[in-house]
Amino acid sequence: MKYDVVVIGGGPAGMAAALKAKEQGASVVILERDVRLGGILNQCIHNGFGLHYFGEELTGPEYANRFKTKVEQTDIKVMLESMVLGISEDKVVTVLSPKEGLVHIEAKAIVLAMGCRERTAGAIALPGTRPAGIYTAGAAQKISNMDGYLVGKKVVILGSGDIGLIMARRMTLEGAEVKLVLELQPYSSGLKRNIVQCLNDFNIPLYFSHTITKVEGMPRLTGLYYAPVDEKMQPILSEEKYVECDALLLSVGLIPENDLLNGMNVQMSNITSGAVVDEYRMTSLEGLFSCGNVLHVHDLVDNVSEEAEIAGECAAKYALGKLDNKGTKYNVKAINGVRYALPQVVYGGDGKVRVFFRVGAEYRNTRLNVKCGDEVLLTKKYQIVAPGEMQHIDLDKSKITGDITLELEA
Amino acid sequence: MEKLDCIVIGGGVVGALILDELSKTNLKAILLEKENDVASGASRANSGIVHAGYDCTPGTNKAKFNVEGNALMWDLVKELHVPAKQCGSIVVAPKEGLKGIQELYDKGIKNGVKVEILNREQTLKIEPNISDEIEYSLYAPEAGIVSPYKLTIAATDRAILNGARVVLEAEVKDLSYKDKEWTVATSNGSYTAKYVINCAGAGAAKINDLAGADHYETEFRRGDYFVLDSTEGKAVSTVIFPLPTEKGKGILVAPTADGNVIYGPTSIPTNEGDTGTTLDAFAEIRKNVSLTYKCPNYRKVIRTYAGVRTIVGHDFIVEYSKKVPSFIQILGICSPGLSSAPAIAKYVIKLLAEKEDVKVKENLVPLPKKKKLLELTDDELNALIKENESWGRIVCRCEKVTEAEIIQAIHSPLPATTVDAVKRRTRAGMGRCQGGFCGTRVIEILARETGKTIPEIKKDMGESQIAISRIKEDSHEV
Repeated sequence: MKYDVVVIGGGPAGMAAALKAKEQGASVVILERDVRLGGILNQCIHNGFGLHYFGEELTGPEYANRFKTKVEQTDIKVMLESMVLGISEDKVVTVLSPKEGLVHIEAKAIVLAMGCRERTAGAIALPGTRPAGIYTAGAAQKISNMDGYLVGKKVVILGSGDIGLIMARRMTLEGAEVKLVLELQPYSSGLKRNIVQCLNDFNIPLYFSHTITKVEGMPRLTGLYYAPVDEKMQPILSEEKYVECDALLLSVGLIPENDLLNGMNVQMSNITSGAVVDEYRMTSLEGLFSCGNVLHVHDLVDNVSEEAEIAGECAAKYALGKLDNKGTKYNVKAINGVRYALPQVVYGGDGKVRVFFRVGAEYRNTRLNVKCGDEVLLTKKYQIVAPGEMQHIDLDKSKITGDITLELEA
Repeated sequence: MEKLDCIVIGGGVVGALILDELSKTNLKAILLEKENDVASGASRANSGIVHAGYDCTPGTNKAKFNVEGNALMWDLVKELHVPAKQCGSIVVAPKEGLKGIQELYDKGIKNGVKVEILNREQTLKIEPNISDEIEYSLYAPEAGIVSPYKLTIAATDRAILNGARVVLEAEVKDLSYKDKEWTVATSNGSYTAKYVINCAGAGAAKINDLAGADHYETEFRRGDYFVLDSTEGKAVSTVIFPLPTEKGKGILVAPTADGNVIYGPTSIPTNEGDTGTTLDAFAEIRKNVSLTYKCPNYRKVIRTYAGVRTIVGHDFIVEYSKKVPSFIQILGICSPGLSSAPAIAKYVIKLLAEKEDVKVKENLVPLPKKKKLLELTDDELNALIKENESWGRIVCRCEKVTEAEIIQAIHSPLPATTVDAVKRRTRAGMGRCQGGFCGTRVIEILARETGKTIPEIKKDMGESQIAISRIKEDSHEV
């Protein structure tokens, strides 16, 4: 099997990338491990998707369906239940599926769109027993929304990531009592709108700078202890409290699922846990592109779609020998309060390039300066800027003459 | 009721290997386990080390069974297709620890163990990442690692194939001896046999008391661990111990037979069955690991766990009761219990042969090797998929486990009936996402294959349901 562009993952990123690649005239295959396209959007039955991209409010499945319908109208080949077992540096993709068995696909370009996974109880070394009743928020969301089962009736949520916030509302609507949401940081990692719509509207308390000190119960969760943390993030045990619960949902971070790149010669970012990419979303390995949550974790699917369209279009151009990536490369660096900026590499030339960034903590009344050497290319004021909300700026490429830094003014 | 010769109480590694040995003989045996799977106590939560036997006091049961058990282990794991590796171990010490290393060396020689004292340079060749303070080590090339629960499960499976029976969820309530027969009443039936073999681990002293056999006081010590992602698997090639203390062998850094790395265990006094980890224990592991190992990588932790050691005095007890007849009591099998288990099992057969005419059966059924996706060639895999497409359907993406492997586990001689039982047999859910993606798929497959509903499927022991009810179905009752 041979394709110009092999897209790994059929969620929002994969579908958007595949459609753009197809528009360029490339032959395209999407490899999706689930039984249907759409990825995690399929279990996100709440609304709020598409405000930016479609200018209207859609549910997750509706948003996914818009893309899925378009994919079905093209001759993009879709392989479902297809798990990629490996990628070689000469771009042979090994994929396993019940229908086609083990096949090796030769690709001219590959787009990584595998999304992310959730940080687990084990990864955060949650102390106490290991009973039934502890779920990552996304897993609980799948059990609830896809399978139709309740995971508990008295719920505590650790972490204020968006899925956790959404699940606080969902569990409440399904008849469970959400007792509290605990967040280790002094700020939320989720969107402001989700705190308002999912917690405040339902009178669910959110405790910042709090963590779980011990979970109890075997074989099912019966309760847990929690406490505030000091400035070193260590729990203040003298202020420990107990809450009875039969379900604990974890929303403590998402990790781009780049395991396929283990052992490959692809430059990775320690901050995003995704690949380092240029403005075409091409990684350090020629012809290998990355987009969506496997590149860096997004807050809004609308941004995922836009990013994936860049990757898909450029992957097709690369495959067809039309991608101009011979220009001078400049690095984009994040310092002084800016946690990361992406893409990490831009090219000089004409037009504009959009750079996304996230800050490392909550800042009020601050200013972002984008510098090229000593020259300030752009400056932007923020009343409030928080890690939970990705920001972007547009830069004139013609002004870029050297490496760029993004920093917050002290 | 069929006539039984032996009732084995307790489905840990010792009980499973005894049952396996019994199934090779003319003696009819049954194993009673109180939980819903074997390897539900210490045999599922330990370091998985096959010790060489240098640190046991010479002349003790511990020394004897450990050395013999290590020698038996490597053929056994091949026969049972259990992941294991004779990777050697090092006890590392700073300059002032030379005396301790020398003492261990002397004990090792007395116990008949191959040991060697290495200087820093020699130690670095074996393990490049020992901490900078380390000057000496005791190298034991015969030590190794094994998957303790897979060993227990495989031994049980083979025993069943050879005619032994296993009854799960059979908690022993009463034992009585009458007319030269023991009757064991459990929560899942009553069983009668000539002999009782008590290897109930943490519960063994209680079983002894129920039977009127010798009374023992038991101590419990919890050991907490970190488990690291298999991407760290290559970082450690041998088992790294500190010098042992009164409390035990100390906090080690070791590869696991399945390709992960573990840091642990602590040794904290506790109650029977309390496997909860604590913040203090984690801090203790962090502190101690850095004394022996230079590059711990806590970012790669995917799981924590704790197991409980059962301690009865200073040595293993493996003998006939002095108080009641035909009752073999096996107590206090803490470390090096896993290493010793194959030898303890053989010794139990010897004890029975003192009183019974024990004959080895002919035509023993070997345990078939289960196919695994990761061990198949492209052509083998495609041939399997053509026959059965579930070989092409990956359920656990982190560990690359197919639906076919999960179905195999569910229909094993000792069937996997819970999500964790499937996990122990196939590794589905043991990877970095910890079942976040595959957990619900495994539940669906279990429900389908066993004819149960989703809320009936349990995570692990007891009432450990994952999905508690249909959404809205019972909302009028809430």
